[in-house]
Amino acid sequence: MAFKIEIEETGETFPCAEGQTVLRGMAALGRRGIPVGCQGGGCGICRVEVLAGEYSARVMSRDHISKEDEQQGRVLACRITPVSDMRLRVLGPMKKAVCFTSMNKPATEAGSTLVNHSA
Amino acid sequence: MAMTGVLRPGHAQLRVLDIEESIAFYTDVLGLKAAGRDAQGRAYFKAWDEHDHASVILRQADHAGLDFFGFKVLDVATLDLLEKGLQAQGVKTERIPAGELMATGERVRFTVPTGHTLELYAHKERVGNGLGLVNPDAWPDDLKGMAVTRMDHCLLYGPDIDGTRSILEKALDFALVERVKLEDGETDLAIWLTTSTKAHDIAFVRHGEPGKLHHLAFKLDTWEQVLRAADIMSKNKVAIDIGPTRHGVTRGLTIYFFDPSGNRLETFCGGYDWYPDMDTIKWTWDEVGKGIFYHARQLNDRFLSVVS
Repeated sequence: MAFKIEIEETGETFPCAEGQTVLRGMAALGRRGIPVGCQGGGCGICRVEVLAGEYSARVMSRDHISKEDEQQGRVLACRITPVSDMRLRVLGPMKKAVCFTSMNKPATEAGSTLVNHSA
Repeated sequence: MAMTGVLRPGHAQLRVLDIEESIAFYTDVLGLKAAGRDAQGRAYFKAWDEHDHASVILRQADHAGLDFFGFKVLDVATLDLLEKGLQAQGVKTERIPAGELMATGERVRFTVPTGHTLELYAHKERVGNGLGLVNPDAWPDDLKGMAVTRMDHCLLYGPDIDGTRSILEKALDFALVERVKLEDGETDLAIWLTTSTKAHDIAFVRHGEPGKLHHLAFKLDTWEQVLRAADIMSKNKVAIDIGPTRHGVTRGLTIYFFDPSGNRLETFCGGYDWYPDMDTIKWTWDEVGKGIFYHARQLNDRFLSVVS
């Protein structure tokens, strides 16, 4: 059985089978929207806020998702499987992808020319 | 002159979110051999061609990442000497008693400016690689999964990689093999250090958050085995980051993938040999893509951002 997942910012929707993680559902179809990181709950890159719908969740790194986050529907897309149709919001893109051109100064413009955004 | 001082990376303790799931992964997919559990619940593993008790230790925790990374040194006298060398560089050291880690002697523990906990030790119980020391065969019959031959190195992310390099060079005689420069042409983005004839035994990338793990690496012998490892990953629905491909830095043939907790691992083969009379290789900012991913010649989003 497949549920419909909607990403609020882009209106992108995709089917996700129950038992499949929301992130995997998106990536397997080549869809975009939620950044794809370690896919195991450890890196925090795929942080989303669930706006509607039910899901079941596996353990997530407390470095990135506090108990309060989890209770309030802020979770990692790679660790949730849908139990109903869902709507979610992506909580920021690759915020940690900053490159430093000097000791302390971030320079994301420099980084963007070298990063393949479709990878 | 034979190898003295620090010999090689000896052990890495990883934090995992689900220990039973992780034990199955490291045993069945990576092909490490279980080497016991301790009273704290930590699970120990060794790669088949290692001779010492264990090189990978898993500890269940509520967040992923690396607890510590240890190097084996030649003997106890060397351990004492290196500890003094660290102290002379202003590094605070701590002695962890023998037996705290199964089958391991006393460890000298210290923290480097990137925020990582490193260790040195002289003794670990010798268990052998299963082939014996008299007229051995080439490989054992009970290999599983990728059957990686050894835990090889790690790449760590954190600030002040310069301070860390200085300590490792001056106190422990590590040598700088390759570096990637930032846009200013002066500041290092990344450094690869050796304590042996390997192209690297440890590496660092400059990153805002301290104490982060980019990857823990395991050795294979051939490109064919690296390709086979990728097949095994797909069969087991393992999340692959990139590869099989080649790194420009060290020339290693590689796959980056993730364990069930999101810790990035590497299986690789190749890389050239380093000797103390060789010079450091430099990669410029405009060619960092080629340095990291030699075929694609561009970084992917995950390389600089996904860490545990």
